[in-house]
Amino acid sequence: MTTLMNLALETTSLSKTFTLHGRGGLQLPVFSGIDLAVHAGECLALTGHSGSGKSSLLRCLYGNYGATGGDVRIQHQGEWVSLSKAEPRDVYDVRRRTMGYVSQFLRVIPRVSTLDIVADPLRRLGVSAEEARARAAQWLQRLNLHEHLWHLPPATFSGGEQQRVNIAHGMIADSPVLLLDEPTASLDADNRRVVVELIQAARAKGCAIVGIFHDDEVRNAVATRCFDVEQFKNPL
Amino acid sequence: MKSQVLLSARQVGKSFVHQGQPRWACRGVSFDLYPGEVLAVVGESGSGKSTLLRLLAARHACDEGSVHYDVQTESGNEPTGMVNLAGMSEARLRWLARTDWGFVEQHARDGLRMNVSGGANIGERLMALGARHYENLRGEAIAWMQRVELDTGRIDDLPATYSGGMQQRLQIARNLVTHPRLVFMDEPTTGLDVSVQARLLDLLRELVDELQLAAVVVTHDLAVARLLAQRMLVMKDGCVVEQGLTDRLLDDPQHPYTQLLVSSVLTP
Amino acid sequence: MIDSNYNFAFLDERTKKRIRRALLKAVAVPGYQVPFGSREMPFAYGWGTGGVQITASIIGRADVLKVIDQGADDTTNAVNIRRFFALTTGVKTTEKTAEATLIQTRHRIPELPLTASQILIYQVPLPEPLTKLEPSRQETIKMHALSEYGLMHVRLYEDIAQLGAITRAYDYPVMVNERYLMSPSPIPKFDNPKMHMNPALQLFGAGREKRLYAIPPYTPVRSLDFEDHPFEIQRWDHACALCGSVDSYLDEMIVDDEGSRLFVCSDSDYCEERRDAGHVGGQQAVHLHDALATPVINSTTTLQEAA
Repeated sequence: MTTLMNLALETTSLSKTFTLHGRGGLQLPVFSGIDLAVHAGECLALTGHSGSGKSSLLRCLYGNYGATGGDVRIQHQGEWVSLSKAEPRDVYDVRRRTMGYVSQFLRVIPRVSTLDIVADPLRRLGVSAEEARARAAQWLQRLNLHEHLWHLPPATFSGGEQQRVNIAHGMIADSPVLLLDEPTASLDADNRRVVVELIQAARAKGCAIVGIFHDDEVRNAVATRCFDVEQFKNPL
Repeated sequence: MKSQVLLSARQVGKSFVHQGQPRWACRGVSFDLYPGEVLAVVGESGSGKSTLLRLLAARHACDEGSVHYDVQTESGNEPTGMVNLAGMSEARLRWLARTDWGFVEQHARDGLRMNVSGGANIGERLMALGARHYENLRGEAIAWMQRVELDTGRIDDLPATYSGGMQQRLQIARNLVTHPRLVFMDEPTTGLDVSVQARLLDLLRELVDELQLAAVVVTHDLAVARLLAQRMLVMKDGCVVEQGLTDRLLDDPQHPYTQLLVSSVLTP
Repeated sequence: MIDSNYNFAFLDERTKKRIRRALLKAVAVPGYQVPFGSREMPFAYGWGTGGVQITASIIGRADVLKVIDQGADDTTNAVNIRRFFALTTGVKTTEKTAEATLIQTRHRIPELPLTASQILIYQVPLPEPLTKLEPSRQETIKMHALSEYGLMHVRLYEDIAQLGAITRAYDYPVMVNERYLMSPSPIPKFDNPKMHMNPALQLFGAGREKRLYAIPPYTPVRSLDFEDHPFEIQRWDHACALCGSVDSYLDEMIVDDEGSRLFVCSDSDYCEERRDAGHVGGQQAVHLHDALATPVINSTTTLQEAA
């Protein structure tokens, strides 16, 4: 039985509806009334068909999307922070120190080398440039990214290579909470295995994970429980 | 996460008279800026963003509301802490603008002295503060030129001989030499060639990061906002229609105008 | 001699009073430019109307007036102004610095040290030292008010950067009483040290620009410089050809088609006094090739030095 002390992330009656003003105020409800509770060491897999709002939910947890209703709260530096109500700089602080995010598509600062992109979350935590790059190198090596790619900006990489940069970037800081959006979608079997190992290792360290895993095998290997987002889809 | 507010705008507004009626170039703008935060003010022509920037930098007086700045350095009987800029003596404002603030103009020629060399441009603020050692001044100028990736061999050349991108870099160096805590930027990359823009943005991003600068950046380019700013204000017809986290505003815009802006951006 | 159609010293008494008031203000704030109602004078702008108005406002029947232009009493400008005052005041004039109570000058300070009972009046073309750097008068007024003089040092920095040294040879900017930046008028920088702690009252008048300023007696006056490029006065390798002086400001005159140069004291009275006292110079023009190689005085010494 998990105790309240381990609770890392929770949502209360979370709902999301898009309003397209350019389309005459068309409303697109995504989900409503979601109550989530994620504890340290858990890996919660969001399930549901494509378009059921899994990615949107993840983005709401990250603060990238605003919640239409309800609240997202996260344990940050020993206190509960409401991401919906927090000031931008506080959200940034939460992301920097407490929450890692591996997005589905790589969106990084152009013209920065892969190594520096991966090292950046550590730099933001005050780690020296040298050490940050060294640890970034380790991660890239683990994910089988050739060394000659490290000093190149990842814009021209293949989908799978970009995804691996994403994973390294999202996981390198050992955040207490980790959000993963289709982390293995473009990867071959070998790299999928590496990522599974990385996720399991993070979980073993007490990380609370919420993820979307399109691949059944991967999901079975990492998830401790599943959450069906589709049932919270708001009928029109 | 308690830290002192650096710049505070409280219901700031400026009006002018047009055909006998008052018209508000900018009205009701409020926000608190903290050290190290970058705020982008985006909007199209006529949105009031440039007017807002000038009000914040005390180049115009507010017709409504007030702007407050956290003054750190003591000076005689002048107060420290959050001071209303309207109540500040002109001498103190000018001193502030030369030391703790920077202002990067859209056109470098408005922010540089075009009739003295690059080195003199960089050294001017130091000389204004009493620096009197020629070689030291030159050393500082060289160091800053390197920092903004300018060829130090051009230190004695007039800015008119620099390219547009180089002039902007020189302007940046000239502003940062006194380690300001707050930098105002008015469309810093607009008008430059794309590749030059890109490199300049990279430089700005690095400098802001390294020097922990707070900045208010006026731009019509959402990509610049995404790259440089954690926070964003969207302005239309003098009002702020939406404000918040940059990535949230760009990925999940709520206000109709913000949605329109975001959907209008061309992506190659 | 005195022309009774004019008021004493040409200006009406009201005008003199106003100018004296402005002068008092100027003396109270050393180096600060005081605007004044410059009057139409019987000669054009650029010919010393500012200096003349100051002299006219303070000259009294017991004064002794000396007028010099580039150090000489016998040049056109000096002669004209002296005659003007003779005509309108009947006051005694002189060419001897030691005898004068008022000295009006264009572009030089007399070599002979002045005393507390003398007043030096300078003719000034452009009173604003920042004028070429900051064209806006409003802005320069602010800069003076707020003591924002960084720009002047920018100019000096620029000189060193472009030319290797501060090359300003005249109208060299000074700080008066460590407060106001001042243009000393186009006197050679050689003369700048004379302004410092001078027992005489120094008044400056710009007629066209309608401003006057002052340095009270015993006021600190410092020429601007950099710590590692200190202020230096001009020096010559030659002595005056007429009196042999090595301490005075020398005029360089080309005397023939080969470019031979004669070096002579600019201060004509100073030179004459020395000659009267028995000093004699080399009396020689210096030939061009000589001028570039060896100095006139002590040619034997230089040969020894070269050895």
